[in-house]
This record gives sequence, C-alpha cells and structure tokens, in this order.
Amino acid sequence: MSDYKNQDLKVIVFQLNNEEYAVPVNQVGSIERAQHITRVPSTKEFVKGVINLRGVVTPIIDLRSRFGLEEAAHTESTRIIIVYMDELEVGIIVDAANDVIDIPANFIEPPPEVVGTVEAEYIRGVAKLENRLLILLNLHKVLNEEEANSIKSMEG
Amino acid sequence: MDVNEYLDIFIEESKENLQMVNDQLLRLEETPNDLSIVGEVFRAAHTLKGMSATMGFQDLADLTHKMENVLDAVRNEIILVTPEMLDVVFEAVEALEAIVVDIAEGGQGNHDVAEVVEKLGTIEAGEWAGSIQTNSESELDNARIFTLDEFETAVLQEAKETGYHHQEIKVKLREDCLLKAARVFMVFEILEQVGEVIKTIPTVEDLENEQFDQAFTILIATKAAGEDIQARVLKVSEIEEVLVVPFDMEADHKNNRVSDVIKNETIETGDHEDPQEASSLSNAVKPKAGRSVVSSKTIRVNIDRLDVLMNLFEELVIDRGRLEQISKSLEHNELEETVERMSRISGDLQSIILNMRMVPIDQVFNRFPRMVRQLARDLGKQIKLDVSGADTELDRTVIDEIGDPLVHLIRNAIDHGIESPAERNQKGKPPEGTVELKAYHSGNHVFIEISDDGAGIRREKVVQKAIHSGIITHAQADKLTDKQVYELIMASGFSTADAVSEVSGRGVGLDVVKSTIESIGGTIEIDSVLDQGSTFSIQLPLTLSIISVMLVQIQEEKYAIPLNSIIETAIVKKEDIMHAHNKKVIDFREKVVPLVFLQDIFDIPGPPESNDYYSLVIVRKGEKMAGLVVDSFIGQQEVVLKSLGDYLTGTYAISGATILGDGQVALIMDSNDLIK
Repeated sequence: MSDYKNQDLKVIVFQLNNEEYAVPVNQVGSIERAQHITRVPSTKEFVKGVINLRGVVTPIIDLRSRFGLEEAAHTESTRIIIVYMDELEVGIIVDAANDVIDIPANFIEPPPEVVGTVEAEYIRGVAKLENRLLILLNLHKVLNEEEANSIKSMEG
Repeated sequence: MDVNEYLDIFIEESKENLQMVNDQLLRLEETPNDLSIVGEVFRAAHTLKGMSATMGFQDLADLTHKMENVLDAVRNEIILVTPEMLDVVFEAVEALEAIVVDIAEGGQGNHDVAEVVEKLGTIEAGEWAGSIQTNSESELDNARIFTLDEFETAVLQEAKETGYHHQEIKVKLREDCLLKAARVFMVFEILEQVGEVIKTIPTVEDLENEQFDQAFTILIATKAAGEDIQARVLKVSEIEEVLVVPFDMEADHKNNRVSDVIKNETIETGDHEDPQEASSLSNAVKPKAGRSVVSSKTIRVNIDRLDVLMNLFEELVIDRGRLEQISKSLEHNELEETVERMSRISGDLQSIILNMRMVPIDQVFNRFPRMVRQLARDLGKQIKLDVSGADTELDRTVIDEIGDPLVHLIRNAIDHGIESPAERNQKGKPPEGTVELKAYHSGNHVFIEISDDGAGIRREKVVQKAIHSGIITHAQADKLTDKQVYELIMASGFSTADAVSEVSGRGVGLDVVKSTIESIGGTIEIDSVLDQGSTFSIQLPLTLSIISVMLVQIQEEKYAIPLNSIIETAIVKKEDIMHAHNKKVIDFREKVVPLVFLQDIFDIPGPPESNDYYSLVIVRKGEKMAGLVVDSFIGQQEVVLKSLGDYLTGTYAISGATILGDGQVALIMDSNDLIK
C-alpha cells in the first residue's frame, strides 16, 4: 500500500447517506444499476442476496446496512459497485456513484477519531479536496475478517 | 534445448509409460511364461529411459537402465520370472514413480536409488535363485507339446463349450521352399477361414521372420473336420506334409503340472500375441484380456481449455433459456423455429462438450492392482482383485475426487473384510479372498461397487461400538434396521478394528469417504451378509456442472430442487395432514413422511399459506423421505450449476445457484440438509 503515499490515487466516488466515500478504482470491477437480487436465506442482515453479473453469481451487500445505517428504498440513482478484494467478488449497494477523480497522495490523511456515523475501523483515511470531504473505505475490513467469519460461524 | 517446454509432456508420458510397465508386470505375474509381456514392459521402459536421459534426469535414466537390463535378461530367458524377482522390479517402478512425482512437483528428480539398483544388479548378475540355463532343450524337442497358460486354457475351454473342437496341425514345408513366410501366411489365411488360431510354435513373429526350419505347428479352434483342414492346407503349394490331430486339453493339463514340478525344464516359447482375436471368441471369459492395440487419433488438450469451453457454453445455455422464453412470449413463427433449431444444436453441443470431459474410470482403477498386491503381501492374506467396467466414463471433476474414497474402501475391504487364509479355511471358504471392483452406467448415474467375500459386518459389534462412542443410545439400537446399523460405520469417530493397524483404522475413515462422496453429489450404501462379505455401492452423478432440476415457487421466490433427489410431487388436502411428535406428517404410500415448510425454513417473507391444499415435493436421502411444502411447481429444466462464491460459504440447505432464462438467479436446494 506504500504506493498510495507517493502518487495520485484514482478513486470512484459514491454517496451514502449524504456523505461521499471513495474506493480505489483498481479494486472496482464495474458499476451496475440496481437490479433484481435473489435473497439467500440464513445469511447476515446486510447480505442482500446474489445477482447474475454476466453469468457470474455475485453476492451483494447493502453498505448502509453494513454500517448500521437505515436502509433506503432503491431509487433511479441507486448503484451496485462490484469490488474485488482478496479473490472475493462482491457487489455493494450505494445511494449513487457519480465520479471518478484523482486524489493527490498528500491530500490523504489518516482517519480522525470520529467520522460521521461510520465506525472508524472501516475507514482507511480521509481526503480533503477544496470543498469536498472524501472518506476512503477500507474494503478489506468492510468485506472480511470478523464479518466473513461471523457468516461462517453462524451457519457452522 | 529449453527442456521446460517439454517438461509437461515428459511428465505425462512418463506417467503413462510407468502405468504401462505396471499393468504389464501384473499381467506377467499372472502368466509368468508369457514373454511377449516382457517385451511390452521392455519397450515402455526403454522409451522412459530415452526420454529421461534427454531431459537430463540421470537418476531416472540410470534406474530405468538397470531395470531394462533385468527385463532384457528375462526376455532372453536368462532370468526366470519369480515373485521375488518381480518384487524387486516393482520396487524399482515405485522408485521411478517417486522420481517422476518429484519432477512433476518441481523437484530435480534426485532420488536415492542405490539400494534398488543394487538389487537389480544382483538379479542381473544371475545370483538370483531362480535363474536357469538357457533352454536348448525346447529347441531340440520335436514333439513340441503345447504348454498353455491360464488364459489360453480358458479360451480353449470356452471354445469347446460353444461347439468348437481343437486341432493340432503340423505343417511341413518343402525343403526347396523359397518364400517360407509367404507360405505361412497362406496357411494362416486358410486356417482363419475355418477357425481361430489359438497358438503357434514357433511364435507368429518367428514364423513371419522365417526363423524356423521346415515345420511348424498350429493349434486352432474350429468346427471343421480334420480331413477338410488337411485338404485345404495342402492346396497351398510347396507344402510337403500336413498332419492334423485332435488336441487333448487334459493331456496338456497334466503336462503343465508336470512341467511345473520339474520346473524350468522347458520354457514356454509360445506367444499369445493376438489376445484380441482370441478374446473375440471368448468375450465372456476375459473381456479385458489385452490393451487395445488400435490407437485412435487423439490430441492432448489442456484441461483448463476445456474448462473455459465449458464456462462459455454454460453462458450459452443461460442465453438459450432466455431466448426460449422471449420467443414463447412473442409468438413469432420464424423466431420460434430458429430458436428451436438453436436449442437442438446447443443440446448436441452440450453432449459433445460433456463427453469431451469424460474420462474412463480406469485412470483411477489402474493403480489398484498393485496396491492390492502390496497390501495382501503386507497382511499375509491371499487376495484376488476382480476389476470390471474400467472403461466406464465419468466427468473429470468427479474422477479427481473419487480416487481417495475408493482407496480407502478397498483398503478397508482387504484389512477388515477379507480374513486370513487360516480363518477362511475354518469357515470352509477358499483361502484366496476376492475383492470385486465394478463400475457401470445406469441412467444419469455411474455406480461403483466394491464387494468382498470376507467376514461381513457383525451387527452386534457395530451396535456395541456405536453405543460406546455415544453415536446412538441403547433404546435406538434395538429399533435400527440392519442397513441403518451398517450406515453407522460411516458415522464420524467410528472404527471397528479391534487393533489399529497400518492399513486402515486410524479413526478417520469411512466418515470422510462418505462426506467426500456426498460433496460431489453422490451417495453410498452398504450391504452385508455375515461371513459372506460386504458390498459398498457408490452412486455418482455423470457430471457436476449441468443438472436437471425442478423449479418451484414459494411466495415471490424461485428455488431449484435437483431431480435426482426427488421421488415425486404430490398435492395433499390440509385435513390429511397428521401430527406426530409435534410435527406435521403425511401418510404417503404407507409411509409416514414429515413435512418441511420451506417458507419457514428459508424465512421467506409473505403471508402464510392459506390454501386448502399443500403442494409437496417428496425428496429422499437414502431411505429417509421428506415432503417439501411449496406454493407451486414451475417445471423441470436443465440448469447450469454455479457456486455462490467464496463470500457466502456453507449456506444452510443451499448447495449453489443457477441463472434462469429471465436472467435472474435461483438458488439450488440441498434437500440432504432438510432431511433429518
């Protein structure tokens, strides 16, 4: 991850509950419109189910639910961002995805103690750009570790 | 030369050659007199030596070279085939295999072969007890009595039963005959019109090379009369004399025995070089007598490419479903026709692609004969392995998984099933135990059966053990059927062997076998009769990637239930539902079948069902059944099985997903989880 410090970081910017988040573009496979999601029984609350992503059955999680926010009805602007992380391919539901921007490395700061309503462990840093504040997601934490474990242990 | 490029091919071919050596050595052990087998082994070993030297694997080349020397001596009848000598050769083959495996895993192919090389050297030097003088005697022996191996005897026996009789034909060519081989050929042609040539002295090869004086002898199975044959053969020019005498098998038998006793006095020079032809006469006797010599035109394709092809095709299947749906709703004639055509073609394509991935189960079976041989020796038991249906084909993915469970079951049969020779004698059984390995197709499944004629499963012992290990209670034990008791031995943490032996019984065991088989969509059943033996039958799906399912709807959700677990569908009235132990059950064909309400199990949102009728899908798991309550049946369909991915692992009662014609994902139910 050291290369983030030295060069610009190209990120996808999306909205969630009126805040702007960002994920590195190299971890994003595609951005999809909201579509039919097939529910998978006995999974975690935030796992919404699976979709058919061009022939690949892809699990979908709702980021609002994942962050403990209230879920919102899907709208015209709702998007599913397909992200790759450690060989996992997961779609995350966000309110809107609207931008691809370059963040100069020196604009990125470590996460402050408290950022909005999202628990700090899911955040890798924040970037201040003119009048915007972007929250850089730590996808590893969002998708993995205790969550993945808890899914397994629940069924195990 | 950049050898890396050829490494894969080298490894593949080395494995094949070693397998060939292995198979032929086992054949040789059965028919030690058949030196044509040695020739085959020699050829395979020679190829291996050449390749390994080219690739720079010195240890491999050296060891093969030594082995080749021994084989050469056997071929030239300097060394006699004995079990002890074969042991050493097998040891050498094992070492060779270890080296090849090492190379395949990226090693340098270095292996300590000194010990084996020395043993081979001992044999080669002729210090082995079994070595003999060259058999000048049989050269001089004009009477030339046929000595037959077991196989040829069986062929003759079979021929006799089907109304053929055996004639020994002595043919003498004129001394001034120029083209001896041509005359031989003509004689053969005539004889083949009237019967089957079983054997010749000297061998066909020698005859063709004119390596004989004036006379040769042929043994044939025929329906024609002796005089008739004689007259026919005499029509060939340059033949001086033809003598036809009926061949007496009994006399030969005696002769055989005598020659066994005196041992090594005469060495069999006969060559059953044409097993194909012979076995056409006696298919029933030994259908797998020889490897097919006709090599078909094949190319090697990397399995990854086939996987890619399969994946692409799966997407096509999904789109096909979608097209079918669209054309149905549009009711456009031409479109419908085109789509129908396309469906048909893609159906053909599907069977071809699936076929391409099919490999004969022989790939797994072929390592067993040696394993059984070794185990039998280690345990001091006499065991015969009967393999049938080795050409049965299965999807590669299934083949990859099934090897270990089969090894385990065979070990189990040999260790726990077959008794020691002494014990067998006491029970009045032949000292040699038989393990039968059988594979066959039936419907959409392949069955593999492993049966032994050993001790069988002792019910009380299993029950006792199961109670002891806390798998069942005393009360339960009395109620179990024999079959259920046998199934207990596949419960985890169960091992009945009184003493833990090297071979099996390390505590992990049949439960692993069972779970592996179930993980590839198969089932396993046990049948056993005390003191007569046990049979483990495994049922496997032909392929793992495209399966037939029944689509059902529950509220707004669609689920797919694999057809192979469904017995039938039924609609029952609400008032026909009974209660037992607080559970809802129905009386289905005289059996009490519990109902499983999928809406509750899967937490499907929606108002509770308020119909007067329940739609049921009756599923089974072994002997047990359950009725799955659904809202409606949609229909039967071929679907592509897809995994849910690594993120959602171990979901309860869901084994995977599939994509339907409308592009939506439907989950595939694992009814095994639902039946308790």
